[in-house]
Amino acid sequence: MDKCIACGLCAEKCPKKVDDLYNENLIKRKAAYVEYAQAVPLKYAIDKDNCIYFKKGKCRACEKFCPTDAINLEEKEEELSIHAGAIILAPGFTAFDPSEYLTYKYAKHPNVVTSFEFERILSATGPFQGHLVRPSDHKEPKKIAWLQCIGSRDINQCDTGYCSSVCCMYAIKEAVVAKEHAGSDLDCAIFFMDMRTHGKDFDRYYDDAKEKNGVRFIRSRVPTIESVEGSDELIIPYVNENGDISEESFDMVVLSVGLKTSPELIALAEKLGIDLTEGKLCQTASFHPVSTSKEGIYVCGAFAGPKDIPQSVIEASSAAAKAGACLSVSRNTMTREKKVPEEKNVTGDRPRIGVFVCQCGINIGGVVDVPGVRDYAESLPFVEYVTDNLFSCSTDTQDIMAQVIKENNLNRIVVAACTPKTHEPLFQETLISVGLNKYLFEMTNIRNQDSWVHKDEPDMATQKAKDLVRMAVAKVALVEPLVEPELDVDERALVIGGGISGMASAKSLSDQGYNVDIVERSAQLGGMALNLFRTWKGEDIQKNLSELIESIETDSNIKIHLDTELSSVEGFVGNFKTTLNSNGKQEVVEHGIAVIATGANESRPDEYLYGEDSRVVTHLELDQMFMNNDPSLKDIKTAVFIQCVGSREPDRPYCSKVCCTHSIESALYLKELNPNMNIYVLYRDIRTYGEREYIYRKARLAGIMFIRFSVDEKPKVSKDNDVLKIELWDPILEETVVIKADLLALASAIVSYKDEKLAQFFKVPLNEDGFFVEKHAKLGPSEFATDGVFLCGMAHYPKPIDESIAQALAASSRAVTLLAKKTIHVGGTVAEVNPLFCSSCGVCVSICPYSAPSFIEEGPFTGRAEVNPVLCKGCGLCVASCRSGALNLKGFGEGQLMAMINQI
Amino acid sequence: MPDEVMGSVLVVGGGIAGMQSALDLADSGYYVYLLEKGPSIGGSMAKLDKTFPTNDCAM
Repeated sequence: MDKCIACGLCAEKCPKKVDDLYNENLIKRKAAYVEYAQAVPLKYAIDKDNCIYFKKGKCRACEKFCPTDAINLEEKEEELSIHAGAIILAPGFTAFDPSEYLTYKYAKHPNVVTSFEFERILSATGPFQGHLVRPSDHKEPKKIAWLQCIGSRDINQCDTGYCSSVCCMYAIKEAVVAKEHAGSDLDCAIFFMDMRTHGKDFDRYYDDAKEKNGVRFIRSRVPTIESVEGSDELIIPYVNENGDISEESFDMVVLSVGLKTSPELIALAEKLGIDLTEGKLCQTASFHPVSTSKEGIYVCGAFAGPKDIPQSVIEASSAAAKAGACLSVSRNTMTREKKVPEEKNVTGDRPRIGVFVCQCGINIGGVVDVPGVRDYAESLPFVEYVTDNLFSCSTDTQDIMAQVIKENNLNRIVVAACTPKTHEPLFQETLISVGLNKYLFEMTNIRNQDSWVHKDEPDMATQKAKDLVRMAVAKVALVEPLVEPELDVDERALVIGGGISGMASAKSLSDQGYNVDIVERSAQLGGMALNLFRTWKGEDIQKNLSELIESIETDSNIKIHLDTELSSVEGFVGNFKTTLNSNGKQEVVEHGIAVIATGANESRPDEYLYGEDSRVVTHLELDQMFMNNDPSLKDIKTAVFIQCVGSREPDRPYCSKVCCTHSIESALYLKELNPNMNIYVLYRDIRTYGEREYIYRKARLAGIMFIRFSVDEKPKVSKDNDVLKIELWDPILEETVVIKADLLALASAIVSYKDEKLAQFFKVPLNEDGFFVEKHAKLGPSEFATDGVFLCGMAHYPKPIDESIAQALAASSRAVTLLAKKTIHVGGTVAEVNPLFCSSCGVCVSICPYSAPSFIEEGPFTGRAEVNPVLCKGCGLCVASCRSGALNLKGFGEGQLMAMINQI
Repeated sequence: MPDEVMGSVLVVGGGIAGMQSALDLADSGYYVYLLEKGPSIGGSMAKLDKTFPTNDCAM
């Protein structure tokens, strides 16, 4: 594998074409293949199941043509034995195969595709290069339908009772992206049962898809797809919301297939001895969301229940935190420190520039005259060495490059190749390995910005490559070594919030060997969970909560600060200094990282006679009655739950995520207390995602009645001679129903604390609903863009206990990656102020997204600006906006940029 | 059980979850064996076109 330079000759010469699984078998690839252009590692593989040599014993074309002898067809399967301290299972899912659903004609009709196939069709690297066409005749479709819950929420045909959680959202995304590709004339219709857009900002996306993008949403479970003889069209017959039968024709139908556990994975689980759920998913507990039934084996991602990317990323970090906690005594025992030679001082030396021009296989070499560019570079000032490579990024080329730098005593390097975004760090590593400062380097992109975009004009592309190289050489001659300041990291942590999330995070940090200060504004630990009765899995919350509280109270690594709030925060990543205020008593704590786990609150409804009639209660109040064993509960004849009270309304357009499950769990408990009780749940969409769907089914089987209402026709609650009456329009009966209730439970919205003060302290953002905004919606869900500050629990978004704990563990894991380093380096590409030129206008101070510039408070330059290099990210906003020319971005100095421009 | 706790972790699966676990552990001072049955890492996410809400390329 080390020898493969990914030139692609083996695939070119391979005579065997096979289905391309990466492209969902929509096109063919060769038996010698790389999965996709950006694959990591970028190494070709032989598909043994399809290779002619392995089937028939001859061919070996790939071996013959491989220029680096990388192919070894005699390689045997080896059994390796690995000794590990813990195991993390992240095996993912397989998509449901709808071939068995004969009525949906997936196996028979090319224009019925799965959602995963549709992703490939939309993709620029897909079978049609991102051009949206239907498979049968490659014509652009005018109308596309999505059918939801294919292989989910279905125990009749496929035995998958759970909801796959992600399909509603991905179908909406696909519809919106399809309209972007094909123009707004494309008609997109999504046929669904309940729209489950319960994640952060999901409902806004749903509303926009409906109102701005014109995606049609049709509430109907489609029983069958009909094909039309002599046409590629498909007919969907369905029953609309009024109960009328209608039908519509479409050019293409996308089946939104569910997420399943593969049979191999079920076998693996059996071999490992870990318990699975009814849905063949890994069994976990709400308070231990990533622990399997076997000690030392942790789980994350879709195997622990169908879930989206952010939740998978959260669980992945949580599993790492759990594994780290059980191995913390052996931290750093098996890892090696990379040895770095001392840096050579080149200041004042005449530039000796080396230029490496890359062919990138045929990517650049097929268009640009690379040897010509190489020879041209030799004529440029200060250039002492030039060469060209087939693949500059390959490991052997890096070794040669290091050798060349040493032998020729080079002190500036230019690589003309692909994009610095992916490859600059690699070349910089090579510089570091020979003792050159990594900023004595310039990369110019003659692939993406040249050979790819000018592939039909090779002469001009070659000329452009020469121009780009000349500019890079002019700049690199002027660059200076930059320092990356090293900072010590204070190994203590501060956790703000003493609820479930804060406690779980503090405990996890302590288990991984760190000291924690945990701050709680109220007089006791526990937070919102103190008011909760039991989870949807039937676990006793108070029992689990008191165990968690006790583990915090008895942990010598954790210091608890009750009745305490923050009054100021100074410093930055690795070195925060926070002042705590407890009833006027001030205390300063120093810490390297902070976790924000301040939670959220239940809103007080201002409708449905709440506060006017004692029979109208919120979820938390009803849980309190359950915990108190309130004797009046048994005498209730009729109980009613109203959903979305204050959620998914124009003023609060988000879903509170936990209420559907909570209401159903409470309704089931009432049924346990009194099986004869009449119970109604009035809802808009039931969002019992994942295996929560089981309790929805259980509730229906237990005789609990579910009646849907729309936001325009909400139920009316009135009191008539002390009789509590709830009136609403029943769309199935097509009449107004009147329910006389003894108990009305309101699923009131979860609202943020809108903690602007805390946001200001740590320079972290809040969204329009007052929840904290994470670093990246998908890949950085448990941390902030501000280094050293982490996020978990309901301060991020409403979520149930298992997800709060998972995120708490994730925040601790992300924090430990920083704490474990003991020292951190900050970037050398930072802005600096020349105070002599500064006019104190303050534009840089106000424009910087990272609060790096500030006014000098004492000395001769008082009132002028300075930039804290630790906070600066080198974005250059301040430099561009400085009207006095006082700011300079190191590594992108005016002189350096002008030298480049002067070369054009 | 050996007396010594191994400072290494086996991560099964090289999709988005496995990769994130592996990165966190490696950055925290543990040796990681990342196991993937296919020829490259990336998992299901590498097959997606764009991701909500920013329409970022999933790759």
